[in-house]
Amino acid sequence: MDFKLSNEHKLLRTMYREFAEVEVKPLAKEVDETEEFPVETVKKLARYGFMGIPIPKKYGGAGADNLAYAMAVEELSKVCGTTGVIVSAHTSLCAVPILEHGTEEQKQKYLIPLAKGEKLGAFGLTEANAGTDAAAQQTTAVLDGEHYILEGNKIFITNAGQADIYVIMAMTDKSKGNRGISAFIVEAGTEGFTIGKKESKMGIRGSATCELIFENCKIPKNNLLGRVGKGFGIAMKTLDGGRIGIAAQALGLAQGALDETVTYTKERVQFGRAISKFQNTQFQLATMDMKTEAARLLVYKAAFYKDSKMSYSKEAAMAKLYASEISMEVTSQAIQLHGGYGYTREYPVERMHRDAKITEIYEGTSEVQRMVISAHLLK
Amino acid sequence: MNIIVCIKQVPDTNEVRLDPKTGTLIREGVPSIINPDDKSGLEAALVLKDKFGAKVTVLTMGPPQADLALREALAMGADRAILLTDRAFAGSDTLATSSVLANAIREMDYDLIIAGRQAIDGDTAQVGPQIAEHLDIPQVSYVEELELVDKSLIIKRAFEGGYFKIKAQMPCLITTLTEMNTPRYMSVSGIFGAYREKEVEKWTIENITINKETIGLNGSPTKVKKSFTKGVKAAGKKYEVDHKEAAKIIIENLKEKYII
Repeated sequence: MDFKLSNEHKLLRTMYREFAEVEVKPLAKEVDETEEFPVETVKKLARYGFMGIPIPKKYGGAGADNLAYAMAVEELSKVCGTTGVIVSAHTSLCAVPILEHGTEEQKQKYLIPLAKGEKLGAFGLTEANAGTDAAAQQTTAVLDGEHYILEGNKIFITNAGQADIYVIMAMTDKSKGNRGISAFIVEAGTEGFTIGKKESKMGIRGSATCELIFENCKIPKNNLLGRVGKGFGIAMKTLDGGRIGIAAQALGLAQGALDETVTYTKERVQFGRAISKFQNTQFQLATMDMKTEAARLLVYKAAFYKDSKMSYSKEAAMAKLYASEISMEVTSQAIQLHGGYGYTREYPVERMHRDAKITEIYEGTSEVQRMVISAHLLK
Repeated sequence: MNIIVCIKQVPDTNEVRLDPKTGTLIREGVPSIINPDDKSGLEAALVLKDKFGAKVTVLTMGPPQADLALREALAMGADRAILLTDRAFAGSDTLATSSVLANAIREMDYDLIIAGRQAIDGDTAQVGPQIAEHLDIPQVSYVEELELVDKSLIIKRAFEGGYFKIKAQMPCLITTLTEMNTPRYMSVSGIFGAYREKEVEKWTIENITINKETIGLNGSPTKVKKSFTKGVKAAGKKYEVDHKEAAKIIIENLKEKYII
C-alpha cells in the first residue's frame, strides 16, 4: 500500500497546475458569464496532450494512465468547471468507448484525431423520456443495405455543436429492450444530423449542452460501434469510466473553493482580526479539507483500479457519489465563509457552487450511484 | 544540427537563505525549478528543432536531485539528458563548473551551445562565457532574438538602450535572456515519456577528461569571504494622499537628499 504519487504523476501535477493557473483561470469568469465555449483553450489543451491522456500513443494519445487523466480533470476544474467537463466528456465518453469497442479501422479514422485533440468528441444517450431509464430509448437505427438510418432526438448532450464525432445510442430492435440498443459513431455534418436547442444552464455555462436531432440520418454500416444489441453494455461501461472524470471534476471544484476560502479568510478582517483566527472558521476549513481529501482518495482509487484492470464499477460510483456530494457541501460552505461577498460574482465560489450541482446529476444521478453500489453489495 | 543546452536547477524562491558558516545556499526544503534564463535557452533550442530538425541535449552539473530539472527538459521535448554528478564536483565555483561542463561537451558533437545568461541564485553570468573560452569557440551573450538563416545564426543581442544585430557562424555559444520567449509547457506524453521511455545519463568524473586540481572547492579560485542577508536600512514612511500630493512629497524628499 503506497499513497505516494510516482515521480511522473508529481511532475504532471506541477504542469497541470501551471497550465490551469496561466491558461484557464483568467478566462473562467468570462466563460461562465458569456456562456461561450472556450475554443482557444481547447486548442491549447490539445497541444499539450490533455485531449488524449489515457489513450495509447499509437492512437495519438499521451499514453498515460487514468490517474493522470483524473488529476488533469481535477486541476482544470479547480479553476474552471467548464474546462474540466469538456475534457472529461470528450475523453471518457467518446475517445475511450472507441478505444475499447472500436474496430482498428474506426480507431484509425476517429480515435487518432480525437486523442490528438484535432477533433472534439461527444456522447448521446439521454432523451427527453429516457434519462436514468436508458432502456426507454426512442431513437432508432434501421439497417438499409450498407447504411443505418437514424431517427430521433437526444437531449442535454455535452460538447454538442462543438464536437466533430459523436457516439450515439439507438434502438436497433425495440422489442428487446436493453438488448435492442446499439452504439454508433456519427460525424458532425452528416446529412440528417442537426443540432437543436442549446440549453441555458445554472452552471458549467461555457460547456455546450444541446439537443441532437436525427432525421433520416444515413450513416455507413461500418460506423456501428461494437456489436448489434450491445449498445446498452457499451453505454454502461462507458459511464463507469466517465464517472471517474466527473468525480475528478467535483473534487477539483471542492478543492478550488477550499483554496479560495483559505486565502479569503486570511485576508478578511472582522472584529479586529483575520476571520481565519476564529475557531469557527478553523473548524469549518478543517472539515472542508478532510472531506475533499477523502473524495480524492476515492477518485484516485477508482482510477488506480481501472489502470490495474480490476473491476472498478463500484469504486467509480462511490467516487462520483461522494465527490459530488461533498463538492456541493464544500462549495456552499465556501460561500458561507465568504459571507455576502461569496454570494456575489466578484468571487469565484458562487460559480463553483453552481458548477458543482451538475456533478450530482449527470453521468448517473446520485440515486443511480447508490443503485450501482447497493447492487454490488447485495449480489 | 546538434544543440547542447546547459541548464541549472535553482531554488524557486526570492528568499535566499544562506548557511552562515559556509556562505553557500541552503537548498533543502525549497522547491526547485529550471533557471528561467536557461529555460528560455531550452525553448530557443526546441524552436530550432521544430523548424529545422535538431538533436537537443540538456546538460547540467549538480546533485542527484537535479535529475528532476532534466526530466522537465525531456518532457518539454529535449532528446537527451546528461547529469554530471560527482562528489569531486561539489563546491565548484563558476570557473571550475565551466571547466567540468566544457570537458563534458568535448565528449559530444555540437553545432550550437546555449546557456542562460545567469542563474537567479548566483547572478554571475560567467559560466556560459567561460565554457566558450575553454572550448575556444565564438560566443554571443545576452541574446534576445535568434534566427537560423543559411547555416548562420542571426542574433539580436541586447545592449544598454539598444541592441546589436550579429551574424555568427557555428559552432558557437550563446547566452539567452528570459525576454527572448515564453517557454512551452511540458506535455502529458512528454512527462510520461521522460520517466518511462527516456533516461537521464549520469556522468561522473570518470566520463570526462579533466585535471582534478581544477575542480571542486579546492579547484575554485573564488573564495567567499562573507555572506549576509541585507538588512533593512530604515523603516519606510507611509502617506495616504492623492496622486498630486504624492508627487509633491516625492519631489520634496528627493530635493532634500539633493537627488534633484
